[in-house]
Amino acid sequence: MENAKVLCITVASGKGGTGKTTVATSLALSLASQENVLFLDCDVEAPYGHLFLKPQVEVEKKAVILIPHIDMEKCILCGKCVEVCQFHALAEIGKSIMVFPQLCHGCGSCAWHCSSKAIKEIHNPIGILEAGLTQEGIRFAHGVLTISEPLTTPIIRQLKKWQNAETVSVIIRDAPPGASCSVVETLRGADFALLITEPTPFGLHDLKQVIGILQDMKIPGGVIVNRDGIGDSQVDQFLLQNHIPIMMRIPYSTKIASAISSGNTLLDVSSSYGLEFQALFQRIKKCVMEKEAC
Amino acid sequence: MILIISSQGADINSLVDPRFGRSQFFIKVDTDTNHCEVITNSGVNQRGGAGIGAAQIAVDNKAEVVISGNFGPNASSALKAAGITMMTFGQETSTVQDAIDHYKQGKLNSFG
Amino acid sequence: MLNQANHIKQLVILSGKGGTGKTSISAAIADLAYSSQKQVHAVMVDADVDAANLSLVLQPKISETREFWGGSVAEIDKSKCIGCDLCKSLCRYDAIIPYADGSNTYFVDPIACDGCAACVYSCASEAIRMIPQQEGNWFHSQTGYGDLFHAELFPGKENSGKLVTLIKQNARLWAEDTQASLLVVDGPPGIGCPVISTCAGADLGLIVTEPSVAAIHDYKRILNLLRHFKIPVIVCINKSDIYPDGVENIRQYSSSQGIEILGEIPYDEHITQAMVQGKPVTNKYPKAPASRVIQEIWDKIVYRLSK
Repeated sequence: MENAKVLCITVASGKGGTGKTTVATSLALSLASQENVLFLDCDVEAPYGHLFLKPQVEVEKKAVILIPHIDMEKCILCGKCVEVCQFHALAEIGKSIMVFPQLCHGCGSCAWHCSSKAIKEIHNPIGILEAGLTQEGIRFAHGVLTISEPLTTPIIRQLKKWQNAETVSVIIRDAPPGASCSVVETLRGADFALLITEPTPFGLHDLKQVIGILQDMKIPGGVIVNRDGIGDSQVDQFLLQNHIPIMMRIPYSTKIASAISSGNTLLDVSSSYGLEFQALFQRIKKCVMEKEAC
Repeated sequence: MILIISSQGADINSLVDPRFGRSQFFIKVDTDTNHCEVITNSGVNQRGGAGIGAAQIAVDNKAEVVISGNFGPNASSALKAAGITMMTFGQETSTVQDAIDHYKQGKLNSFG
Repeated sequence: MLNQANHIKQLVILSGKGGTGKTSISAAIADLAYSSQKQVHAVMVDADVDAANLSLVLQPKISETREFWGGSVAEIDKSKCIGCDLCKSLCRYDAIIPYADGSNTYFVDPIACDGCAACVYSCASEAIRMIPQQEGNWFHSQTGYGDLFHAELFPGKENSGKLVTLIKQNARLWAEDTQASLLVVDGPPGIGCPVISTCAGADLGLIVTEPSVAAIHDYKRILNLLRHFKIPVIVCINKSDIYPDGVENIRQYSSSQGIEILGEIPYDEHITQAMVQGKPVTNKYPKAPASRVIQEIWDKIVYRLSK
């Protein structure tokens, strides 16, 4: 834990649609009265956590990448910037240096290596960040990628840094689906990963991908089996064989499906979920503080 | 001035694409802002051919010159109607960088 | 059958939100294209490369495996590192970490490293070099429903769309060589890079949505992306009976946008049961409610693509 008082939990899955946002928002609501919760919706391509938590958006900020701007009057066309750029975002064309903003990763290498101080970095907006409070007192923030922009990890990084308040005691990060770099960025710095899966071959396949990431990043994790009962027992068997704890089971029910479809949370289906998530949180807290398996 | 070059890949070192309409990507070069953009060719098909869709991309991006290996009849009539200059490259043009250099050196051929 | 002047059509299947049923429906389409009376020779592509599930229902036999090499990561030679700290101060990704052994030297965290090489060029003792990374594999396989091009991106790697573009290009070449008339591309969730690469060259985009507030929200996002690329769009609603108000919302919104809803598939356990048995639902349970609707959707797609 970066700060002894803050516990950061990332909710991820691998497969899309297993219930990450359902669990993440329900968990946040369950803890709202006892903890100072910060909810970060890191699914910046298609965020919808706000539909469930209904925050009052108070602040907005542009998410930007720093791209190079070359002052051709100072540029001596030495080509160093083109050489150092690993992403082919710079090219020498005729007597000019051209920039490809979409290819730029914002690493700053070109500007640093320019011997004639001809490169300064300027803001290139790629999305927006929004934050606000929910009526339960949860601090909420999300990032929204501008349509047709390619890079997501810079927005997630900026989102994580933006809303770091001192009074927060729990951070819940809702990850995007999949198992690529945006999931890694959402996991980076987390104390625990709560993985939501469904008991089907698709769920198991993609869960294994994310477990691979957790092992590489050395982040402890536990699993919630959602829509329990719809598929087979392979997920259970895999988790048992690999000593990965199943921390909760949520059965498939049309009542839950219908509630979530209409923008309600698990707590609206039954208040017992509130208690279950509080108990789950205590278990996670214990396992992180004592550095033990759950 | 805006140039559009048909490309097989997503950067300046990529091989050029000899077909305009079916090209995977277009590299857009804006010599006023010194900004380049990679445009994925969505290959619009509604009005009768990929050439029309590609020509539409050139128009939408305010291209003044488009550079490719060849232009089909649909693309060329659309581009001509839009007042966009078409130029073609030959065997010696390998990459997008080459295409731009050869354009500046006057080594490309006029089309249409 | 769809062939007009040898142009291979491309159908992409997207959703915005994950879990709406793209892969199950893509598998069913593969089955119907192959086995229906008016057979369509299709080549399948699984473009969801970091969570590739289509092969779990199509049961491919891999005939060709190729490595996918993406970016590089930096590596510091400890013996040359003088601990000057310059690389760490330059690195914007917190990827340069001091060894805990008191040696005043640094190493690179390969997971955090973005591959920008700023450290490589700045290191005064030339202690850092870039190591190319294998980021996954891609495959050409045969299935009971035709050829499949798919990939597995290693966990945690950058999903920039390059691998998607690569398998699509190869699928297209194969389709040209074998006179196939259709590419069916099962897309990933979201709207970012890999989705953009999935869309390139598409003739028709099928959005698979479901009647939940979350899915409807993301339907609008993916629709905007497809519109941005001027790709014609059609929609189908999966799990349509779980929330009737949601279905009504989708109908009204689609109508206001001029988008045809090709079918409404009820929630059907046969889809999961077929998945568990490794088969498309239309193959295993052709008379199931979902299968019947998917068949109708497919017929309409064929009609659209033939026009």
